[in-house]
Amino acid sequence: MSRALGPFAAVLGRDLLLAWRGRADVLVTLAFFVVVVCLFPFGVGAEPNQLRAIAPGVLWVAALLSTLLSLHRLFAQDHADGTLEQLLLTPEPTVLWVVAKICAHWIATGLPLVIVAPGLALLFDVEQGALGVLVLSLALGTPILALLGAVGAALTLGLRGGGMLLALLVLPLFVPVLIFGAGAVDAYLSGSGAQAHLLLLGGGLLGSLALAPLACAAALRIAVE
Amino acid sequence: MMKDMQKPERSKSIFRFAAPQMFYPLAGRLAPWFAGVAAILTAVGLWLGFFVAPTDAVQGEVYRVIYIHVAAAWMSMFIYMVMAFWSFVGLVMNTRLSFIMSQALAPTGAMFCFVALWTGALWGKPTWGAYWVWDARLTSQLLLLFLYLGFMALTRAIEDPRRADKAGAIIALVGAVNVPIIYFSVKWWNTLHQGASVSLNKAPSMATTMLTGMLVMAFAAWAYTIAVTLWRVRSLILERERHTEWVAAELNALEGKI
Repeated sequence: MSRALGPFAAVLGRDLLLAWRGRADVLVTLAFFVVVVCLFPFGVGAEPNQLRAIAPGVLWVAALLSTLLSLHRLFAQDHADGTLEQLLLTPEPTVLWVVAKICAHWIATGLPLVIVAPGLALLFDVEQGALGVLVLSLALGTPILALLGAVGAALTLGLRGGGMLLALLVLPLFVPVLIFGAGAVDAYLSGSGAQAHLLLLGGGLLGSLALAPLACAAALRIAVE
Repeated sequence: MMKDMQKPERSKSIFRFAAPQMFYPLAGRLAPWFAGVAAILTAVGLWLGFFVAPTDAVQGEVYRVIYIHVAAAWMSMFIYMVMAFWSFVGLVMNTRLSFIMSQALAPTGAMFCFVALWTGALWGKPTWGAYWVWDARLTSQLLLLFLYLGFMALTRAIEDPRRADKAGAIIALVGAVNVPIIYFSVKWWNTLHQGASVSLNKAPSMATTMLTGMLVMAFAAWAYTIAVTLWRVRSLILERERHTEWVAAELNALEGKI
């Protein structure tokens, strides 16, 4: 057990330390999230009922876009300085440290969104009881976005115009997460209960945790080959 | 494509066609036949659909768009599955031709996807009163088009053909795993938001000629796809193998003819 956890913890710790030292980048992602959410009332009008109706969708789309914005950083730095090749040469299983890197990435970029989201939801006058559901849906959903996005990031590693390509590749795959994530809050507000949506999100998280790292590891090997 | 999937059972030596050099002339011989079959079936299918089949009791003449719409929609979904199949074969067996096959299929799949959406919009305006509704089928068809575009953009963006092949294969497989998830999530999302105000399932029971016309058009789409894919495979093979002697000989022979 400890043999498997050793490299996992080492990569996780290293990436978190790197994220902490470059915290300006992380804050930019968070600021993007906040600014995008705050733009919507200007676009659709400040009518409270309308804002309340669109709040879950707006927060989720903004979370999705800011995840997308930070994805290219997941492997780019390590690819540029050769760390990625060294990691691939180690005898440790690729999937293990890929999961560690995705975990670190989510803690650095996804978790802040989850923490900030309820505050932003108050700007849209969302009912207080729904805030818990919103946080839970984001906490279950954003790791799925990171896992799926990691596959796209690995495939587009080092390509010209990789950022736009990454968006085209992963945004269609994000649609189910968006549906169930925003749907959870809507379902709670309409009184039908968010349990089904949250269970589906949880299932999606487990499924993508099992499959996405494999695809991501294969894609990284192709990219570095 | 079916032809290639079934042939290995008949004879073992058929695997020699996995080499691009062997497949190139075979594709050249087969493609015109499929193109001919496609032309005949299209003519028969359109004749059945536009002149023989009775007018629909509810929708009038406008329903006749199904002879193009349904065939295109079926084909667009089927081609993605075939693409994923060839990607899988390519990743497992490491055969270049499989990757070439899946890349040759993608543009035709995207084209059928677009045709299905376009004819659907033209059909939707007179029957539903809107070019587009966020119906589950329409939405998942649109997302399928995005998956095709993503696959094509990725394989075009990578310059090294070997990396492009494998990266494309991975995204095709990831997409194939996601297609059912996308379809069902969109379906549930739609039923949550709006009732079954618009349903494609309520089609009146079909006259036999209508069904025959549709099936003939579906087979025409198959034959067309096979012909076009084989031709595209041929040009991809020439492009990939342009440094080899046999391609040089082939091109010289072509120039001699002209």
